[in-house]
Amino acid sequence: MYLNATLLAQITVFIILALFTMKYVWPPIVKALDERAAKISEGLAEAERGRQSLALAAKHSAETMREGKEKVADMIAQAEKRADQIIEEAKVQARIEAEKVVAAAKSEIEQEAARMRESLRGRVADLAVAGAEKILRREVDAKAHAEMLAAIKQDL
Amino acid sequence: MATGHEAATSAPNAGEYVLHHLGNLNSSGHPQTSMVDFSIINYDTVFFSAALGVIGLFLLWRVARVATSGVPGRAQAALEILIEMVGNQAKAIVHNEQSRKFVAPLALTVFVWVFLMNSMDFLPVDLLPFLWQTITGNPHAYLRVVPTADLNGTLGLSVGVLLLCFFYNIKIKGLGGWIHELFTAPFGNHPLLYLPNFVMQLIEFTAKTVSHGMRLFGNMYAGELLFLLIALMGMAFPSMSPFGGSLLWLGHLVTGTLWALFHIFIVVLQAFIFMMLTLVYLGQAHESH
Repeated sequence: MYLNATLLAQITVFIILALFTMKYVWPPIVKALDERAAKISEGLAEAERGRQSLALAAKHSAETMREGKEKVADMIAQAEKRADQIIEEAKVQARIEAEKVVAAAKSEIEQEAARMRESLRGRVADLAVAGAEKILRREVDAKAHAEMLAAIKQDL
Repeated sequence: MATGHEAATSAPNAGEYVLHHLGNLNSSGHPQTSMVDFSIINYDTVFFSAALGVIGLFLLWRVARVATSGVPGRAQAALEILIEMVGNQAKAIVHNEQSRKFVAPLALTVFVWVFLMNSMDFLPVDLLPFLWQTITGNPHAYLRVVPTADLNGTLGLSVGVLLLCFFYNIKIKGLGGWIHELFTAPFGNHPLLYLPNFVMQLIEFTAKTVSHGMRLFGNMYAGELLFLLIALMGMAFPSMSPFGGSLLWLGHLVTGTLWALFHIFIVVLQAFIFMMLTLVYLGQAHESH
């Protein structure tokens, strides 16, 4: 409980120690703390950005996928439609072709028939003349009755 | 003349033992007799406080010098916890960014230094005095190893804080402003109140400073005294019958352990209180009434 000059020495030591702490102990640690806090907040922001871009990419890829699927479905539908069309066209073509063939056959048949008729007509006339000739061999002169025979031939 | 620590031939009685332990190693060579004498200086208090301050701050500096903002080592992590704690307290109490650049490190210094000085109490009370007596060859040599159990040590700190309070009062409010406040606060600005105001301010500053220093001193002085009494109990055992003596020896062991454990708490608590009051007083210097 006795006061003496120790008091003054203590004050001096106190101030010197405090100044030392202020200059050499406090600032490096506080600087490190602040820097670390900045680093951490930077890292967190970075992570947040990464998460966002990941979500964006996922959304983008899903969209692309959906678009691709739609395109494929479109193409298939179009192809089916085209196939139907081709089949339809082919059917029509075939029918026309068939009709043509039928028509050609018909006309050929008709022509043949006409030709046959013509030749038959000729032959009938010949036969008739031949028959008549046999009957009339004796009494009919072919030359004298040619005019009449031509008229008959015309009527046939 | 006190007999000090002599051998069994003339063992000191209890009063002499305690008084001898409470005498400082000072420049006069014997315990101070007058209450105040500024021609005397306590070598032991100055040496131990300065040595502890230098060692403590050297350790902190060793850690701070290689501080990294990456993954901190254990020592750095511990120092960071300490600095965060002190920094947060300073931020809450002293509302001045510029002043905090000095006040916060000051508070850290106070905490670490007072903690180390208080911790000298954990050394056995007779260890360093005995070594000193052996080294000097003088069995009556005085030595006190707890700087905060010396009123000069604690009042030195609290007066230092008082001077810093004056400094910040003048710095923040200006010399005129502070003098104005000394005469117009706390009761009000009226010529009749100038004197009561000033007296009140004087009492306030004195009470703050004295209680600041005395609180720490009282705690550490009482702690030291109790360790001395416990040591006395153990020392008395050869003079008693074997049974009573062994009980005393056991009592020394039990009470010494208990008090040392409890003292760990006091040491930290008083260092913390001293730091907090330092911040509070310096914070008050920044506030106008």
